[in-house]
Amino acid sequence: MKGKKNKRGWTTLAIVISLLHLVPFYILITTSLKANNDFSSKWLLPTEWRWDNFTSAWENASLGTAFFNTTVITAVAAALLIVFGSLAAYPLARMNTKLNKFIYFLFIAIMIIPPLTALVPLYQMVVDMGLMNTRLVAVLNNLAAFLPLTIFLYAGFIRSTIPKELEEAAKIDGAGTLMIFFRIVFPLLKPITATVLIISCVFIWNDYQFAIFFLQDKEVQTLTVALSSFFGQNLSQLNLVAAAALMSMLPMTILFLFLQKYFVAGLSSGSVKG
Amino acid sequence: MSEWVRKSQQSISRQKVKVDTLRKPKREQSLWWMYLPALLVVSIFILYPFINGIRVSFTDWNGFSQTKNWVGIEQYVRMFQDPTTWLVVKNTLLYGIGSTILQNVIGLLYALLLNQSIRFKAVTRTIVYLPVIISPLVMGYIWYFFFAFQNGALNDAFLLFGLDKINALGNPDLNPWIIVFVNTYQFVGIAMIIYLAGLQSISKDFYEAAVIDGASAFQKFKNITLPLLMPAITINMVLNIIGGLKLFDVILALTGGGPGNASQSMSTYMYSLYFDRQDAGYAATQGVLMAFIILILSLLALVYFKRKEVDA
Repeated sequence: MKGKKNKRGWTTLAIVISLLHLVPFYILITTSLKANNDFSSKWLLPTEWRWDNFTSAWENASLGTAFFNTTVITAVAAALLIVFGSLAAYPLARMNTKLNKFIYFLFIAIMIIPPLTALVPLYQMVVDMGLMNTRLVAVLNNLAAFLPLTIFLYAGFIRSTIPKELEEAAKIDGAGTLMIFFRIVFPLLKPITATVLIISCVFIWNDYQFAIFFLQDKEVQTLTVALSSFFGQNLSQLNLVAAAALMSMLPMTILFLFLQKYFVAGLSSGSVKG
Repeated sequence: MSEWVRKSQQSISRQKVKVDTLRKPKREQSLWWMYLPALLVVSIFILYPFINGIRVSFTDWNGFSQTKNWVGIEQYVRMFQDPTTWLVVKNTLLYGIGSTILQNVIGLLYALLLNQSIRFKAVTRTIVYLPVIISPLVMGYIWYFFFAFQNGALNDAFLLFGLDKINALGNPDLNPWIIVFVNTYQFVGIAMIIYLAGLQSISKDFYEAAVIDGASAFQKFKNITLPLLMPAITINMVLNIIGGLKLFDVILALTGGGPGNASQSMSTYMYSLYFDRQDAGYAATQGVLMAFIILILSLLALVYFKRKEVDA
């Protein structure tokens, strides 16, 4: 009897926590639907539902271009991340030569360096390479930033779950290393590839640190950059900013709700074993 | 059928013998060309700028002119004499350590709650985790609507209860804590999920044995749960410290580092030195200090918590 009562108490607590965590989203949604001259309490629902806020925000913040740029940058960077990352992890996990041990250590050490600390010379280098205001520079920067983590995840997975015998059998059949990798090893990496893909897509989609420095032109702006300049120009029209913010987070939110188990599995598999 | 199995087993063992004899005399290859592309990208876009940054930190470069004058340790002297440096380091440590403590304590409590068989636990987990996937910049704007002085949700609530409005984001004593709060709200889901996975990996046998010995709930937590959660605690501490010390987007969205430099972190300070004041050499010096602090703190956390881990 006591246990049941306790359980009801814990369930109530879980509901209260959920509601508290939803407060900012509630405020965001009501703000995005209010008229610009509606100064009623943020806690109240709009008296007049202004769905046209979304269309004006979409046009005024050039969200169409920004969505396109963000999608291209995220897709290309994530695809390269998977190819380069899995290719690199394979010898680092399998061939325990002195050189490979050092290179693996190097990748792990780089994981700790925050890319932003090298901002000044990085910026200059990008200018010198003529890559300012190109989508390519965003792809390359994000690729570099997430490669070490990707290699770490792939190498751990290869070491712990892919049996060596498979590759050795293929080797006897005379298959080359690349063929063995793409025909035999890579398909077995599917679970960790899903994790890498999801984590990297979220982070690259949300990137602001690189984008704000290198993508200032309107034609190449990503969502975060478009949003921050829209915010700067529209402090008196926060309803439109809220509408734009809501639209910008929608794709990743939907992805998350559908693929939740991969998000969770990726986090826990990569971390608990440490 | 069994004949076939036997034969194939024989052939497999024969193959193994063959592999072993083949491999022994040959030296193990590095297959270095497979990681060459990754190594190149990382070297060009992280390693080289990082090393180059150390070089620039010894110059008076303004960020665009062709000339860079070697000034020795002048920028470093300047950095240690600059009162803003200490303010910014203090803020950065507050963001790093403050949100690490909060995220771990709250994340662990949430995990303990959701590890029980209660209703709505899947929904609660989803809701707590949701902010993780939203851009920190957008998260900053969302909380801006909450904390804004004019018509912010917090002040609207204060008015309802007859309290005075507060300028939370403009108050230099308060706004660094708001940044800690927002960062915690956003990323507490990661800590929660990692702790949940850790809790689920602890064998029930330990608790049953403890019940037989008459252990209290607190004793069970202190003597079983906590020690066996150490790997999860290590990874959470290191992840959160690194994340908190690097805080950037959310500060720009909420306070822009202001008023003055009051809520500036090392990364936003570096950004303003470089882009607003064309003080590239000095910005690079701040970058070196930031890398140094992050490196030291994450290594300390790693070593400290690794030593506490027990074999389960």
